[in-house]
Amino acid sequence: MMIKYIFYFLAFVSVFSALMVVVSKNPVHCVLYLIMCFFSIAGHYILLNAQFLAAVHVIVYAGAIMVLFLFVIMLLNLNTQSEPHKSTWLKFAAAITSGLLLVILVGTLKGSETMVMPLGNPNAGLIKNLGITLFKDFLLPFEVSSILFLVAMVGAVMLGKKEIK
Amino acid sequence: MISFLIYKTILVIVIFAVSLVVAMYSTYGERKIAAFMQDRIGPNRAGPFGILQPLADGVKMFMKEEIIPDVSNKALFILGPCIAMLTACMTGVVIPWGAAITIGGEKYSLQITDINIGVLYMFGVLSIGVYGVMIGGWASNNKFSLLGAIRASSQMISYEVAMGLSIIALVMMTGTISLKEITEQQAGGNWNMWNVVYQPVGFLIFLICAFAETNRTPFDLPECETELVGGYHTEYSSMKLGFYLFAEYINMFISSAVIATLYFGGYNFPFMHDLGLSENLITILGVVALFAKIFFFIFLYMWVRWTVPRFRYDQLMNLGWKILIPLSIGNIMLTGLITLLRQKYYF
Repeated sequence: MMIKYIFYFLAFVSVFSALMVVVSKNPVHCVLYLIMCFFSIAGHYILLNAQFLAAVHVIVYAGAIMVLFLFVIMLLNLNTQSEPHKSTWLKFAAAITSGLLLVILVGTLKGSETMVMPLGNPNAGLIKNLGITLFKDFLLPFEVSSILFLVAMVGAVMLGKKEIK
Repeated sequence: MISFLIYKTILVIVIFAVSLVVAMYSTYGERKIAAFMQDRIGPNRAGPFGILQPLADGVKMFMKEEIIPDVSNKALFILGPCIAMLTACMTGVVIPWGAAITIGGEKYSLQITDINIGVLYMFGVLSIGVYGVMIGGWASNNKFSLLGAIRASSQMISYEVAMGLSIIALVMMTGTISLKEITEQQAGGNWNMWNVVYQPVGFLIFLICAFAETNRTPFDLPECETELVGGYHTEYSSMKLGFYLFAEYINMFISSAVIATLYFGGYNFPFMHDLGLSENLITILGVVALFAKIFFFIFLYMWVRWTVPRFRYDQLMNLGWKILIPLSIGNIMLTGLITLLRQKYYF
């Protein structure tokens, strides 16, 4: 019973903050609402008994990625004067494209309420089970994804390096 | 259910109060130690030996006029110190302050909650701690504050990486990330040493990063009168400034507790099960032992502050990225290698 109320509260917070990300005028406020959204999603993970995922979600998204976002936005010092002028046609086109995306999303998710997820092990999200699954059943994809990270890191270092003449 | 709630509430309040009091008297201790190192007397006016000085400071902070700059972002300006204080107090939840106490046949653990992701929780709270500084510095709408905030947060992010990597080596060795289990593994007997014996490099990296994370000398670059007027809290006055300064002392206390728990055996002390003491007495002595370790590390923070000059900013970044991170990755590899050899040859 309690969990149900917590779920509704978290769902409200995530939807509200996600909406505020789009609606807010001040870019710094947008980022802060996005951080709030990430926290409520971490709360959902905890409700699903996936504590490891929740902690990593907070550390990686709220703690690292959003800090860099905030960094860039604070340094850019965006305000209404420096905002590029958007023509009416541009806004019109943006509304149509995002509306189409909404239609597609609703269309794909419409049939999903009849889909019943097979109930797996409820403790699958605990760190021990997750680690065993990752390193036994999905070892190759896991290692390959680490190469992806390596590529991204090398790319970032290359871009950040001063040009040698 | 009700008794459980009451017990947890009391525990939370006690730990909260203890962190605040320890942080409060750390300010006094810092001034006394500084005075001792510089051959002065230090605060000695309020009460015997100046023991009431922290109270006087607190009253002063509360009584000062509160100024919120007109051009600042008011909501965020107030939110900044709140987050700093909140995250400073949050980590105390997962630290095992002692083993269980038995009252009337019922066991009461002295840890608020033993979640099995203790180390990650601690790390998550640490990574949120950056926001207090960043939001406060930006909301002040002052270029010096913003520069200070950016300095502070880039320093904290950089050292977080090395800190995380140094913990990974420890986690590989202990095989758990619950702080309680890590402590219990370090219980005495059979030449079972504290983790610092097996992870000396990891401990040093962790210690250096803890200094950087709490913005203490030699890493106190975020606060620099000569370059930044003040720091990220230039525009703050009254108790909001007090909260920022106070959060630093709470962080110092909590990080000392974490170091003591991870590397120095937590509430374990030598020969604890060989002296024939009762369970409750061992628990109480364990709490005393833990606090003795914590106070030693708080003293170490102050000792370093009044001994070592500060780094230059580029030196700080070089140390973080070019020395500590490769060193901690090497430490991880070495730990992995030794663990494998141990499994193979059973030593």
